[in-house]
Amino acid sequence: MTRSHATPAPVRNEADEPSSEVLRFDATQGLELDCGVVLAPWRIAYQTYGTLNADRSNAILLCHALTGDQHVANVNPVTGRPGWWETMVGPGKPYDTDRFFVICANVLGSCLGTSGPASRDGEGGKARGLEFPVVTVRDMVRAQARLVDHLGIETLFCVAGGSMGGMQVLQWAASYPERVFSAMPIAAAAKHSAQNIAFHEVGRQAVMADPEWHAGRYLELGTRPEKGLAVARMAAHITYLSQPALHRKFGRNFQDRTAPTFSFDADFEVESYLRYQGRSFVERFDANSYLYLTRSMDYFDLAADYDGVLAKAFKGTKTRFCVVSFTSDWLFPTSDSRAIVHALNAAGGSVSFVEIETDKGHDAFLLDVPELLETTRGFIDAAARARGLAPVKKADRA
Amino acid sequence: MSAAFLSDGQSAARVDLLQVAEMVEPGSRVLDVGCGDGSLLRLLAEGRGVDARGMELSQAGVNECVAKGLSVIQGDADTDLAYYPDGAFDYVILSQTLQATRQPRVVVEHMLRIGRRAIVSFPNFGHWRIRLQILFSGRMPVTQNLSYSWYETPNIHFCTIADFVALCGEMDAKIERSTALDRFGHPVRFAMPWSFWNLFGEQAVFVLSRK
Repeated sequence: MTRSHATPAPVRNEADEPSSEVLRFDATQGLELDCGVVLAPWRIAYQTYGTLNADRSNAILLCHALTGDQHVANVNPVTGRPGWWETMVGPGKPYDTDRFFVICANVLGSCLGTSGPASRDGEGGKARGLEFPVVTVRDMVRAQARLVDHLGIETLFCVAGGSMGGMQVLQWAASYPERVFSAMPIAAAAKHSAQNIAFHEVGRQAVMADPEWHAGRYLELGTRPEKGLAVARMAAHITYLSQPALHRKFGRNFQDRTAPTFSFDADFEVESYLRYQGRSFVERFDANSYLYLTRSMDYFDLAADYDGVLAKAFKGTKTRFCVVSFTSDWLFPTSDSRAIVHALNAAGGSVSFVEIETDKGHDAFLLDVPELLETTRGFIDAAARARGLAPVKKADRA
Repeated sequence: MSAAFLSDGQSAARVDLLQVAEMVEPGSRVLDVGCGDGSLLRLLAEGRGVDARGMELSQAGVNECVAKGLSVIQGDADTDLAYYPDGAFDYVILSQTLQATRQPRVVVEHMLRIGRRAIVSFPNFGHWRIRLQILFSGRMPVTQNLSYSWYETPNIHFCTIADFVALCGEMDAKIERSTALDRFGHPVRFAMPWSFWNLFGEQAVFVLSRK
């Protein structure tokens, strides 16, 4: 991290001129936010895969996690790596793009083209920085609903996502029950726990303690709080894994050496790995966006909008739910998913619930976990039958 | 924990499931508690157009069900029935699972609260073969249908048909229908007093409702 502090070109370009589709709303088409501000003008960047059928009944909205983006199943324009959910999305995959029209939008407050602190779509074409209003998960969902309106889709066949994406799924099901035929909140929770808020606060403090943060005005000054953001990512990354997975991967192995150096160099493989994670993250993500998005998760408490009773959020729901958790996920533990299931039971909802055995921790939802693929395939196929969507004929496969 | 008393290989001949399925009105809403691999749910959903949901203790069973497209949650009959509201289902089914619950009475009471009707099937510990085994060998019975030894059995609360009828009385539940099944799961064809069924029925199926 001794490189220049100037923002590398790719991040800025994607924040301002994303390589995906963009839907723009002018000053008269503002987005009402929970904080009371009407955001205008604003824009939402999104990707689609597959074809919308004539009935407009085969659309799946995928919601990305904290530092994810709209590039679900194509090469990421910033990192050059495969899309973040290519295990799940594509021809013949559980979210089969030969059969479904898959949509994913960059969330409000992020930095890949949708309005956020780094996008230069405010007054005078400047990045809004901390003048960008604090957004909530519900605001993200409102923004997505405007996109779905624009695409002419009344009811989404499925809304799915993991972690913060799962929070959006729950918010969709609560805010627009009639527009969500099926829902898959994966490794998610109906509220962010005190422990998770605490971890996020550590990350934010790391960013804000970096002198290059300049009270959020670093973009104007042509600099970037790289060190702070890297530390935030390092701390967060640990929470996405599990003790057994870290041990399996690294143990107490030394990095390119056979004995400790009696210094604070990265003696251990695990240190080197985390430093790499921090370094590569700052190349693709905006520090202020990180503050905003962690905040939106902290504020998420679905039951709070319904007299503190989660079941009321799902009262009378006809949506078919499939809740998924992972045994080694201590960030969004199974008990969080079970609370969602109990609320859906109490609301008389249709719900499946699978806890998948894995040592991969919270990140399991992004990885090639066969049981996740089978569960998703089974649930989606059954929901498609119930929705009257014909299976893909072999001859129609690309 | 479904069909906990059945040994491996026997589930193929689940005539008792067909018996239970026949007692369910087509098109109704059903919760199958201890649904195992989802055989009964499939019978109900595909054969009788039922809105069928399941609860299963074993994660492997749940994952198998969901991968088949069935609506099933991982849960424990002893603790998780409490989360369902009154009258949420037309039928709540407990098939060959009662004897493996920690609190059978509480479970059946929840079933009667959640469903308009409760269907309970269980192995009859009053069957003559079992009585004879205890009488002559002095050992805990192990039969073809009850194949576990006492030290490894998941079945911790066996009862006889007579015991169950008495429990229904104590709970003030109405017995709407009842059938005793022979060792192959076929109904014992004649109407007989409880004492006869208690001796010759290997399994029993009861349909209960609140009075």
